[in-house]
Amino acid sequence: MVQRRPILSPAVGMLFLLPALGFVLVFLVFPSLWVLQISLTNQTLTGEAALRPQFVGLANFQALFDFENWMIRGYFGNALRNAVFFVIGSALIGQAGLGLAIAWAFHRRRGLLREALYTLVILAWIIPDVVVAFMWVAYLDRDQGTLNAILSTLRLGRVDWLIDHPLLSIIIFNTWRGTAFSMLLFSSALATLPPSYLEAAAVAGASAWQAFRDIILPSIRSHIITDLVLITLWTFNTFTPYLITGGGPTFRSEVVSIYTFRIAFQHFEFGRGAAVAVVMMVINLILALIYLSTLRREAVAR
Amino acid sequence: MARIRLEELRKTFGPVVAVDDLTLSIEDGEFFALLGPSGCGKTTTLRLVAGLERPTHGRIFIGEREVTDLPPQARDVAMVFQDYALYPHMTVMENIGYPLRVRRYPRAEIERRVREVAEVLQIADLLDRRPGQLSGGQQQRAAVARALVYQPQAFLFDEPLSNLDAKLRLEARSFLKHLQKSLGITTIYVTHDQAEAMALADRIGVMDRGRLLQVGTPLEIYRRPRNTFVATFIGSPPMNLIRCRFHSAEAVLALEDGQAIALGERGEALRRAFRDGEPLWLGVRPEHLSLAEGPGPTHLSARVYAVEPLGVETLVTVQINNERIALRLSMDEPPVLREQVWVRVPMERALFFRENGELAL
Amino acid sequence: MSAFRMILSRLAFSIFTTLCGAFFALPMLWLLLAPFNARGTLAVEIPRPFTLENFERVFANTFAMRALLNSLILAGGTMITVTLVATLAAYALSRAEVPYYDLLTYGLILFSSVVTGTAAMVPIFLLANALGLVDTYLGVIMVFTGGLLPTAIFILRDFVEGLPRSYEESAMVSGASPWQMVRDVVMPLLRPGMMVVGIWTFVQVWGAFLVPFVLLRTPERMPAAIAIYSFYTEAGTPILTLTSAYALLYAIPVLALYLFVNARYGFRFFGGIKR
Repeated sequence: MVQRRPILSPAVGMLFLLPALGFVLVFLVFPSLWVLQISLTNQTLTGEAALRPQFVGLANFQALFDFENWMIRGYFGNALRNAVFFVIGSALIGQAGLGLAIAWAFHRRRGLLREALYTLVILAWIIPDVVVAFMWVAYLDRDQGTLNAILSTLRLGRVDWLIDHPLLSIIIFNTWRGTAFSMLLFSSALATLPPSYLEAAAVAGASAWQAFRDIILPSIRSHIITDLVLITLWTFNTFTPYLITGGGPTFRSEVVSIYTFRIAFQHFEFGRGAAVAVVMMVINLILALIYLSTLRREAVAR
Repeated sequence: MARIRLEELRKTFGPVVAVDDLTLSIEDGEFFALLGPSGCGKTTTLRLVAGLERPTHGRIFIGEREVTDLPPQARDVAMVFQDYALYPHMTVMENIGYPLRVRRYPRAEIERRVREVAEVLQIADLLDRRPGQLSGGQQQRAAVARALVYQPQAFLFDEPLSNLDAKLRLEARSFLKHLQKSLGITTIYVTHDQAEAMALADRIGVMDRGRLLQVGTPLEIYRRPRNTFVATFIGSPPMNLIRCRFHSAEAVLALEDGQAIALGERGEALRRAFRDGEPLWLGVRPEHLSLAEGPGPTHLSARVYAVEPLGVETLVTVQINNERIALRLSMDEPPVLREQVWVRVPMERALFFRENGELAL
Repeated sequence: MSAFRMILSRLAFSIFTTLCGAFFALPMLWLLLAPFNARGTLAVEIPRPFTLENFERVFANTFAMRALLNSLILAGGTMITVTLVATLAAYALSRAEVPYYDLLTYGLILFSSVVTGTAAMVPIFLLANALGLVDTYLGVIMVFTGGLLPTAIFILRDFVEGLPRSYEESAMVSGASPWQMVRDVVMPLLRPGMMVVGIWTFVQVWGAFLVPFVLLRTPERMPAAIAIYSFYTEAGTPILTLTSAYALLYAIPVLALYLFVNARYGFRFFGGIKR
């Protein structure tokens, strides 16, 4: 590759970059640093601590990791445990599994059936948050909800989903909501595989399952890692379940993102809220670094 | 219109020397071809003149003005790119008029000039189309029109015919030559196709690995290539180079298989130029070789390797020892495969290169 | 493969497809039926009696209509800002040969992935508060822009890299200044990429709940995502006839954009990144 004289001079390039840098510095970089400082204070929205927040050291973090009450509902440990179940259930098993299954089932198939199913899955992904929330509240309603109507027709009885199984409800909801990304990612990954891969396996006498396990999965390994890391990141940070269960009843579906919201924007304890935010960002950072290192390894391998 | 001077021009990309101390003067109105294999630095040289690259060292003059540090916008040259770079979102009219538009010409004036140029290039009826709707030849003309429209000091062409098919290429070639001669605009034309350079240019500069090897008219370069690289790059098939050793006493050249060619009248000159026993390259163009009936002082025994009838002439490749030699023959009954033949080497037209490739005689 | 196994695999495929279709379609049915039902219901049932009155009442509700306009202002404003700023930045990153160009873009993506969701809202709310941007459209638009820019730049980067340099070089030799070159040649050629980023931004902001919920105060400034919670009786239960009709209205632009993108470009990935 021959190097060339840049088309834009450094000065003009800087001018073009300036607005973006401004936004990113003010609304991404600065807040991420400032939140560290806030997390070491007792800042609140109103009252004495709002005007003159005091330095409290690591007290906020100690309160979060107070292992005496850690697992009691409404405490951080409970939210963290819920978030782990939520991520494993809805992202890693639900979205990635279902996304891969659909992509694989429709691999090398075209036509109306595929168009229809893909459209449905994508619509579930792009309809605004509050609209899907209403849809799901209606869908899971104990008396009138469609799901219970079907279950009782099948003589399986009615379940009060949002009261008795709130965490399971948001796990199923989030699977429904986010499968599209994994499905699209795996579809495009599968589409890049040359047909000869599978034909060679078929000629060699491999069953469909063997071919899938031994040939397809290893070939799209990097896509799978990318997918798992990204959907974990997004699922961990999503706030939409709040619109369905509000984190309840009695904090049983309160994941970390909702916990943060409650502390910071309902109790207005910004110091403690910032401390949770710092913990969340550290978890995000670890996930993002895993993602970037796989991207890098891919780039080097290519 | 102006002459273009390059002084000790040098361009390096990291450790790679793309253009190496190139000094060159192109006359006002001249059609100058830069010829060389890919990666020889010819396109970089052109881009240096256009201002798309900044030289590592050296100076560039267009007319009397030094432009070395000027951006492309201020150089008042026009360039036709290999892919034409016609903007797909503009009509042909808007494409051709774009250089005038950025110079803030009035709309009516732009339209008048575009029509004028389009008339010359015979694309006047295509002005409302988009580049995607044009054929390759039409796109090429539109690109030339865009270069022509603002009457620049010089034209720069970067392999403008390489995207055309063979038939269109010949047509476009004669059209370009005619156009350049009637307009008299100084032109630098980059190509890797020696036939194109020969056909178009007033003078050719042959480049290899960043160096300008030889500058001259097409015939000068064809007849007296300065070294074996130029000798084999120009001409199709290229000049034959036969490896020999000079024997001073007998005034002969000895081939590796023991055959000898008498030097005749040229023996004296060779004695002055070469030491006894010195290896050298004997260079002969394929059209200067002929077949002889039997042995002779300048005849070589060879075996026919391939025969390719081309219509006007027949291309015959023969093999002497391990070397292959091409002959262009116009004869009705060419030799047959594997036949033993005698090749006559006309010593008066032969060139002699030193072992390092430099032309000696 | 034996005929028996063939039939079995067909059958498995049909069952799988049916179950998937049901799983994804069933929750949506309520949104298609309830808005046309004169009786408010959470059930999926044929509207009886069928009516358009719910929509009439929503249209007559100036607060609700104003909220749709607010959503349009926020989504449109962010769309324009993000698209312009990201285009200039992606272009400069590629064409000014910025040192550590790759590191910089990946660094940006990293930041936007880390500073996201409720965690980001804590410092951003305090920042907006300090800057006097709470309860302003400008504040919401700027916060969204900061969050969406890195991904937008990342998507546009691919489009810029795919642009042959000879277009710009030709413009330069023709005498165009950098700004003329960008305006006349680069921007039109990047239009597909700008469309993708613009639509993506619009959909993100149009559907978002958390940022305006945290940053806006005055009811008249609320976007539809929050105004939808205003159709409640005094007893605190939602008026389902109006809520469902409003939800459908609010979802329609997104559906229209999806159909448009799908017909025009095919729905696919750009840079393999983020919804």
